[in-house]
Amino acid sequence: MGKTLSEKIWADHVVRSAAGEPDLLYIDLHLIHEVTSPQAFDGLRLAGRKVRRPDLTIATEDHNTPTLNIDKPIADPVSKLQIDTLRNNAKEFGIRIHSLGDIDQGIVHVVGPQLGITQPGMTIVCGDSHTSTHGAFGALAFGIGTSQVEHVLATQTLPQSKPKTMAINVEGTLKAGVTSKDIILAIIAQIGTGGGQGYVVEYRGSAIRALSMEGRMTVCNMSIEAGARAGLIAPDEKTFEYLKSKPHAPQGADWDAAVEYWKTLHSDADATFDHEITLKAEDISPFITWGTNPGQGAPLDGLVPNPADISDVEDRGAAERALQYMGLEAGTPFKKIKIDTVFLGSCTNGRIEDLRAAADVLKGHTVAQGTRMLVVPGSARVRLQAEAEGLDKVFLDFGAEWRQAGCSMCLGMNPDQLAVGERSASTSNRNFEGRQGKGGRTHLVSPLVAAATAIRGTLSSPADL
Amino acid sequence: MDKFVTHTGTVLPLRRTNVDTDQIIPAVYLKRVTKSGFEDGLFSAWRNDPEFVMNKPEHQGATILVAGADFGTGSSREHAVWALQNYGFKAVLSSRFADIFRGNSQKAGLLTVIIPQEKIEEIWDAVETNPALEVTVDLESKNVRFGDEVIGFEIDDYTRWRLMEGLDDIGLTLNNIADVDAFEAKRPSFKPQTIPAR
Repeated sequence: MGKTLSEKIWADHVVRSAAGEPDLLYIDLHLIHEVTSPQAFDGLRLAGRKVRRPDLTIATEDHNTPTLNIDKPIADPVSKLQIDTLRNNAKEFGIRIHSLGDIDQGIVHVVGPQLGITQPGMTIVCGDSHTSTHGAFGALAFGIGTSQVEHVLATQTLPQSKPKTMAINVEGTLKAGVTSKDIILAIIAQIGTGGGQGYVVEYRGSAIRALSMEGRMTVCNMSIEAGARAGLIAPDEKTFEYLKSKPHAPQGADWDAAVEYWKTLHSDADATFDHEITLKAEDISPFITWGTNPGQGAPLDGLVPNPADISDVEDRGAAERALQYMGLEAGTPFKKIKIDTVFLGSCTNGRIEDLRAAADVLKGHTVAQGTRMLVVPGSARVRLQAEAEGLDKVFLDFGAEWRQAGCSMCLGMNPDQLAVGERSASTSNRNFEGRQGKGGRTHLVSPLVAAATAIRGTLSSPADL
Repeated sequence: MDKFVTHTGTVLPLRRTNVDTDQIIPAVYLKRVTKSGFEDGLFSAWRNDPEFVMNKPEHQGATILVAGADFGTGSSREHAVWALQNYGFKAVLSSRFADIFRGNSQKAGLLTVIIPQEKIEEIWDAVETNPALEVTVDLESKNVRFGDEVIGFEIDDYTRWRLMEGLDDIGLTLNNIADVDAFEAKRPSFKPQTIPAR
């Protein structure tokens, strides 16, 4: 019987397999940032252990970094200590680091692909759940906790139990104005935040193949929001083309050998998945979330749902709580919801293509009165590229703030936060209570919806302009 | 890691589903570089409400958290596990856990037990009637006990053994490091390296 893509990658990385034990998997790339690594390095020091493969490890500063005045010392002493700790650990253990102000600094999941160190068929881990982003290249990439970060630093391996496999097929052609973000929000609304638990999801079908690499990253990025361990997409010519010019792409004969291997990385025709679902691309429209978990989403054209219409008791209770927290009345058209802050950025939608798409909508318009817009590029290189294309000018002329790279308001760990009761339309990945600031209310949206919303001041799509 | 064999304590009944890691410990608390002191951040937004179950005097000192489905969804932050442990929890019971949270808890020695939702409801009801109810979570015999009730649960033998012995995962892997050396010797040359920078 044939193998699925994730089973092939798994098999190629098993270091040791013994009955009654999880497989020991080799890790090709370990990405590190300041928040989930300090205790891991402490553990190494306590045990007198070294980093086994500094040459397969790379660090960047992203979660905690300010997006203003980055030439000055970080104002928050606790944040500064965490950043300094990463710098000291990188130095002590010989790990390459891209610090604030460095041209290759940025969100860890934007940096890997743009350096070309994210490649098909690799196992990639990071102490961050959105590591699934790298699955867009046909890599098996997943988030880990700090104990596992320490494990990978010390051994370059991880004991893992084999996940189940799920295929999510999206067939057909997307309607105009519908993006990869809408696809993944629609998938999560359908299967729920626990629907992917225990699975590695492979996204397949003509609508997925038609996506750019950036679009594929957006889809894979939010796999964790459906509870999946990882999400991936089989590599194709688009993947190879994207990688070819990147700094760490294989060179010469290595490139040919790599491509030959990469071309074997697809699910065999006779492979079976443990679970399979299919969506029609034509059925998907611009999507938003109305609640406090990413599964509480609906088409933007609709109304705030009435919890009384939800049959499942738990779901009904969760919806009631969510509407109360979000300050929403059942039956209100989504397009009547007033937005205070629009956030364009994050590892979900902070890449150059996202900025281009939003700028294209904003051009010639002015930000709605009473609404602010924050544009935070995913990496310093994305920022430079945007400036080379004049996008910064579009954002600034529109009345948006043009910031330095980082995770920023996606999780509000730095000063970029919502105030109590403030409502955002955000291109990020989580609408949890307080995620973007204590008491803040988040609606997840695509870059196109974010842009149209900033123009009108209420949740909108470009078709409403 | 401390060994976990069996634990008896009182219960905090958390009647909520989808308790995500941002509720367990918000991002602003993640700036510490140690594994301790996270108890202040545990459910911090909800704790502002005096009616929140954790603030009730009858549930002070609870060491077993019993929560709704999909506990621990969201981020990979192990700080969520540390916050629960720092506060004093030894075990969490739910009908479904997020994968990364469960993995983290098993590395850090916090026992996560999966039992059916109707059994979760049964414990909630029992504890709400009698907050002093003592519940035993027994990893050795793989069951949860209170009163006359015995609820069995499943856990893979490897994880159970590791938790009961309090074994360091890294040490176990280092015992087999020759296998890693052998694997590395045959890795293809086209695999990327981060050093030197290009």
